[in-house]
Amino acid sequence: MQEPNPPEITATGDVPPALPPDVANLDLKAKLLLLFMVLLLSACALFVLYARGAFDATQRLVLMAEDSEGVVVGMDLTFSGFPIGRVQRIELAEDGKARILVDVAAKDAHWLRTSSIFTLVKGIVGAPAIRAYSGIPADPALPHNAVRTVLQGDASAEIPKVISAAKDLIDNLNALTQADGPAGAVLAQLQTTTERLNGPGGAMTVLLGSEAEAKKITLTLERTNQLLARLDGLAAKTDTQVFGEQGVMPQAKTTVVQLNALLTDARTSLQKVDAVLKDAQAISANAKDASADLGVLRGEVDASLRKVQGLMTEINRKWPFARDTEIHLP
Amino acid sequence: MPAPATTSIRQATTRMPLLVWFSAWLRDWWKLVHLGAVLLVLALSPSSYRAAHRPQLARHIYSNTAPILMGFSLVCALITVVLTRIVLTTALSYGLTQYALQVLIRVLVLELIPLTAALFVALRCTIPDGTEVAALQVSGALDRLRAQGQEPIRTEVLPRVVAGLLAGVTLAALSSVVALVVAYLVGYGFTVSGLPAYTRMFGQVFSPAVCLILVLKTVLFSMAVSLIPMASALYGLRGLHGQSVRTSTEMHSLVRMFALVLLIEVASLMGNYY
Repeated sequence: MQEPNPPEITATGDVPPALPPDVANLDLKAKLLLLFMVLLLSACALFVLYARGAFDATQRLVLMAEDSEGVVVGMDLTFSGFPIGRVQRIELAEDGKARILVDVAAKDAHWLRTSSIFTLVKGIVGAPAIRAYSGIPADPALPHNAVRTVLQGDASAEIPKVISAAKDLIDNLNALTQADGPAGAVLAQLQTTTERLNGPGGAMTVLLGSEAEAKKITLTLERTNQLLARLDGLAAKTDTQVFGEQGVMPQAKTTVVQLNALLTDARTSLQKVDAVLKDAQAISANAKDASADLGVLRGEVDASLRKVQGLMTEINRKWPFARDTEIHLP
Repeated sequence: MPAPATTSIRQATTRMPLLVWFSAWLRDWWKLVHLGAVLLVLALSPSSYRAAHRPQLARHIYSNTAPILMGFSLVCALITVVLTRIVLTTALSYGLTQYALQVLIRVLVLELIPLTAALFVALRCTIPDGTEVAALQVSGALDRLRAQGQEPIRTEVLPRVVAGLLAGVTLAALSSVVALVVAYLVGYGFTVSGLPAYTRMFGQVFSPAVCLILVLKTVLFSMAVSLIPMASALYGLRGLHGQSVRTSTEMHSLVRMFALVLLIEVASLMGNYY
């Protein structure tokens, strides 16, 4: 603690000022201190304004809620966990609903779309939270002063319902597990079944209902076994007949070999026929060429004959022994 | 020696009829209010800051604030570190870390630091100042100043009250800033990535009503711790010449001051949380 210096009264009655010892540049230091205080207070005030969002451009969003309980001015509107807006005001609408006016920062307003959904969820602990969800980012941006209904969920409000449902469930369980209840009856039946399982016939008796039926099944199984033994003998004989030395299969194999030889011979014969046909085709081509030469020759003969005929006609016309071709009628 | 003075006051009080005691109690508070009003008028009057009074004012402002500024800020930083660690660890164990820093800001900046700053200024500056004035009063020096035509309230009391007021406000403001910075560093570490969230949370705590109450509370605390020692020195101890002046003045000031500070704190709590 600072030790004050008690003032001394001089003999003349003058009162010396009760001042601390002299400080160098006292006036300057005092002014600097005052300046520091003013700057400090101004900086604090500006920071509070900045933190309250006074310098941010905002866009107004109106949320309509059935109940504004727990919503306070200043609480955040979050998108994907990031605060993008603040509740600025809460008022009662004409239809009795709560109007929550939210200022969304202009730089974050693009996250909100016309299809965005807003929820007001109240947890068991802590204040409720207003959240925004935008499912379709390509939708048009939310306009200024848009009014949206907020979907409300209350975790604590669900507790009585859960307790009621749990109570019903426990009642049902008690009814089931009573001595004369369904669970008791099922257990009694199960005990009977177990006794039958342990008795003669075992599971077969349980499945078929009586021991006699179980015996029938056993008898059927024995007969089936005998039938299967017979079938085994039959299969052995068939094997001998089919695949034995004198069986069907070796003979078929020999036949196939012979058929292969026959086919080879037939293939050779066909090749020979093919050669003959080729020769015939050549002969035919030669005949065709000869026929063409005969045509030309015929044309030339025809031309010579026509010339001879013309010559004969000319000779007959000019020859004195021409025949009188006129017919004189009497 | 506090025992004789306290005993004499208690004996005088028990002998006094209740009505007389109550009227005396009212008169004391009225004198306090009157002195406060007079000092307020003088503080707002430009004539109090003339060149003749300025050196003494500057000396009191500097000597009341500068020597304790650094030490008090360091103490506040240390307390903030300890409290932040305690609150964060506790909140972590309960899964409530999102509320930890908000609780810290409310407890430290809104409640503890203004109160601590005011009490620190009272113990370090204003009660010793009151003791000095009481000594002047007891010795009759103030009467002699009046006889010389000077006004002792303007020359001796006002500089001390203004210095105490400024010291209280400056200490509270600087310590709050230091506490905020230290709480951030302890909570988030040496990174700037937590600044947006921290700033937003700060803005949520400091609503306009809370800011107004904080400013009013700090100013009223500073006024109380500056004014009451002076009032006790000027009016409370007349007729105690030759007795233990210093101890009686300090006790008298402390009792009254704590009562008023408690009243202001209760009022601010009611304003903030009701």
